[in-house]
Amino acid sequence: MAFLTDRKRVSGLGSARSGTGHHWTMTVTSIALLILTPFFLGIIGTGLGSEHGDVIALLSRPIPALVVAAYLIVGSHHLRLGMQIMIEDYTHGMTRKAAIILSTILCYGIALGGLVALIQIAL
Amino acid sequence: MVEFTLPKNSRIRTGKTWPKPEGASNVRKFQIYRWNPDDGENPRVDTYFVDMDTCGPMVLDALIKIKNEIDPTLTFRRSCREGICGSCAMNIDGINTLACIYGMDEVKGDVKIYPLPHMPVVKDLIPDLTHFYAQHASIMPWLETKTRRPEKEWRQSIEDRKKLDGLYECVMCASCSTACPSYWWNGDRYLGPAALLHAYRWIIDSRDEATGERLDDLEDPFKLYRCHTIMNCTKTCPKGLNPAEAIAQIKKMMVERQL
Repeated sequence: MAFLTDRKRVSGLGSARSGTGHHWTMTVTSIALLILTPFFLGIIGTGLGSEHGDVIALLSRPIPALVVAAYLIVGSHHLRLGMQIMIEDYTHGMTRKAAIILSTILCYGIALGGLVALIQIAL
Repeated sequence: MVEFTLPKNSRIRTGKTWPKPEGASNVRKFQIYRWNPDDGENPRVDTYFVDMDTCGPMVLDALIKIKNEIDPTLTFRRSCREGICGSCAMNIDGINTLACIYGMDEVKGDVKIYPLPHMPVVKDLIPDLTHFYAQHASIMPWLETKTRRPEKEWRQSIEDRKKLDGLYECVMCASCSTACPSYWWNGDRYLGPAALLHAYRWIIDSRDEATGERLDDLEDPFKLYRCHTIMNCTKTCPKGLNPAEAIAQIKKMMVERQL
């Protein structure tokens, strides 16, 4: 038990003077995804059910490759930021910090894996 | 911290069923949360029957009738009985609202009454609002000026005064904050819709000279950015205010000063 005043409990460690960057990046990546998602789905939809060679040929073209790469980068960044919000909402203490580190590795790992695969296909 | 089950000592049990009023033909059933810190028992839900022919139309009228005529131990806050003081905020039929301005005709079936959700309970329908009030105090709910003159009246245009409409009417009943899941899980750090609406009321006041400092203090992933625009606050506000919009305006100002 700590003998703290109510005001002291509310003040805590004070304002972090951050959060706006996170909020703004979420907004910008949301808009970017709104634009990118139909194109991405269009490209993936075209490739679905096609022969292996046709898919390779599709992703070797510059515009589809660029859209998929942009989607992977923007999407994974948006995912990481969103995951952080969810983790902060529902976990506390060390669990929170460990979960943020793990989700960061996972999100950027997905992006990196996708990009490497795309480069191998495209080149 | 998010919790999916109630702790053992908070689990609600079935309580006492009080007798129906004799000779009454228009009877309404009330199920009311009861908890007494002195008896060491778990919370329970007591059942009361009220003769609606001799009762006023609001939920508070029924509570007062129950306290006066059936069970004097029933404990709740009330004062103005017209939606001005914010004392009688409670959860009625699943909605956080003021008992004094919530008509019983708005409730279908039995009237279920609980204290405001996710707050420590002092007794029965009385939540402990200590932290909530401290959060309100932390946003400096007063006019901050640095200019010495004018010494008396600070003038404000009609247009600037209009900006305070929809904000100054808040009676700090805590219905909005206690309806917010973000406040339930992180209420220790998130200021909640009520405190943020009040913060915006002073940020937007043309006479206030501490706008920057106020925004500095709010710029925090928890104090402000825990709001995920769930909108429960706006939906539940018994005064018809829009705390979600006030929070969105603060976020907009935060971006504005960075871009």
